[in-house]
Amino acid sequence: MSKPKFKNPVVNWIDYRLPIFTFMNHELNEYPTPKNLNYFWNFGSLAGITLVIMIVTGIVLSMNYTAHIDYAFDSVERIMRDVNHGWLLRYIHMNGASFFFIVVYIHIFRGLYYGSYKAPREILWILGVLILLLMMATAFMGYVLPWGQMSFWGATVITNLFSAIPLVGESIVTWLWGGFSVDNPTLNRFFSLHFVLPFVIVGVVILHLVALHRFGSNNPIGIDVKGKQDTIPFHPYYTIKDLFGLSVFATVFAAAVFFFPNFMGHPDNYIPANPMVTPAHIVPEWYFLPFYAILRAIPDKLGGVLFMFGAIMVLFVLPWLDKSSVRSSQFRPLYKLFFWFLVIDCIALGYLGAMPAEGIYVVLSRLATAYYFFHFLIILPLLPKIESTRPLPVSISTPIITTSSNASTVMAMREKK
Amino acid sequence: MTNKNTPDDKNKRDFLQVSTYALGAVGAASFVWPLINQMNPAADTLALASTEVDLEQLEEGQAITVTWRGKPVFIRHRTKEEIASAKDQLLDGLRDPQTDDERVKNEKYIVLVGVCTHLGCVPLGQKSGDVKGEYGGWFCPCHGSHYDHSGRIRKGPAPTNLEIPQYSFLSDTLIKIG
Repeated sequence: MSKPKFKNPVVNWIDYRLPIFTFMNHELNEYPTPKNLNYFWNFGSLAGITLVIMIVTGIVLSMNYTAHIDYAFDSVERIMRDVNHGWLLRYIHMNGASFFFIVVYIHIFRGLYYGSYKAPREILWILGVLILLLMMATAFMGYVLPWGQMSFWGATVITNLFSAIPLVGESIVTWLWGGFSVDNPTLNRFFSLHFVLPFVIVGVVILHLVALHRFGSNNPIGIDVKGKQDTIPFHPYYTIKDLFGLSVFATVFAAAVFFFPNFMGHPDNYIPANPMVTPAHIVPEWYFLPFYAILRAIPDKLGGVLFMFGAIMVLFVLPWLDKSSVRSSQFRPLYKLFFWFLVIDCIALGYLGAMPAEGIYVVLSRLATAYYFFHFLIILPLLPKIESTRPLPVSISTPIITTSSNASTVMAMREKK
Repeated sequence: MTNKNTPDDKNKRDFLQVSTYALGAVGAASFVWPLINQMNPAADTLALASTEVDLEQLEEGQAITVTWRGKPVFIRHRTKEEIASAKDQLLDGLRDPQTDDERVKNEKYIVLVGVCTHLGCVPLGQKSGDVKGEYGGWFCPCHGSHYDHSGRIRKGPAPTNLEIPQYSFLSDTLIKIG
């Protein structure tokens, strides 16, 4: 178009040469978004904001951190005691990791509940699983940096997972360590990778957003947007809703940072690393516990490792395991039931991962692990054969405008307004 | 202009194309290898590879832990009963069958890398008050592996016996590990 699009002539001059303002207007302002999104759709933007918080606090922490086995622990204590606002920055970064996982796990279960991974959003979903994997690697390496007892032994146990690989396992572990045990070379490379991986995550997040904006957000009833009447512009409607969600999130986050900063951590990590003594009870950070439970449930080293990674791998192929063409659980009574079983199963695995690997806990871990895979590999492919789905509304607008028996609780609440 | 795209020319071009790609791939790989190999143990790390230990003061029934390559090495001066129980064990019941003789140079002293072969924790059993597991040797608290007096895996998730480091007796009571 030859007509200037923006009021400000400078903006127009720049935009003609570098269409950054057109791009932002298109993707952040007028971007048509389904008008029925509920609060579960806040967690994508919350995850993005948390990523930025982590990167910003991480960069300033790195200005005061020393990646050497003799100085790492003390440099973190110096951050806590002597560096101006160091305690605040570290507690934000430390708790930020936990909150990042809380937000992302809710985001993932939102996708599971409303079938957001289904055609045409398979690549969007796969990129999301990739982000989860990168987050796990980054979080794990970040946890090693303070060089406390849990840092050291967590690093030892996790890197040793690779020794389960037949033939080349030992060589791979030596290569990962840069020596014969977790030592200074390991700490150095973990610091380097912990610094760079978040920027890789940013790259994948951009791809995730490009894929998202190709077809737009899914929505609680899971049917496609039929036209303009089904959407509202992203700004101001969802910018303000996301900001409101952010303020609630920030309140909880701040409460943790200021009042319970060590609630989600382990006291053992305030003991400097000692390669000669393993703490009596090694547990990973809470966000790894379900996977840790799966690892320990399998009474075979290689098998445990394969099942643990398999628990994530199965998510990559989820769009092809769930063969039902109906997206939202609101119209899939059986899937909805199994979804909640899966939620309970994952929470149970998290609990069992924190318990010692003995007695009844081992039995329960095995049952919960079996059910996890049963859900994805057996239930999901078979479900469409036996499930009678509820009739789908004609469009997103229909259940809002007319009083339909299909209208969900969310819709009903909107009607009251 | 005449069209020179005869079948002969096409074959030549295919050959040139394939050989260029192949050479490019070899070139890229030879550049990537140093990037990967720099993560393997450096020369100074490899140089720190031996430790000498004097066992003169180590009484029967006592154990000491020394550091070798950043890992703990367990040395236990075994009692006669411990030696006997290690020797009498039949190989049938073992996950990683080895006789006690294969695992010691002098039957009084058992020398082991003190790293559980499951996921790398340090097993308990070196101190007198430690839990030693159901077979009296060592017990890994992380995931519950039990080792016997010869450091052989008897119960739990660990796949193999505790590793025996390279070592030699320089005299009756002086050993060099590595």
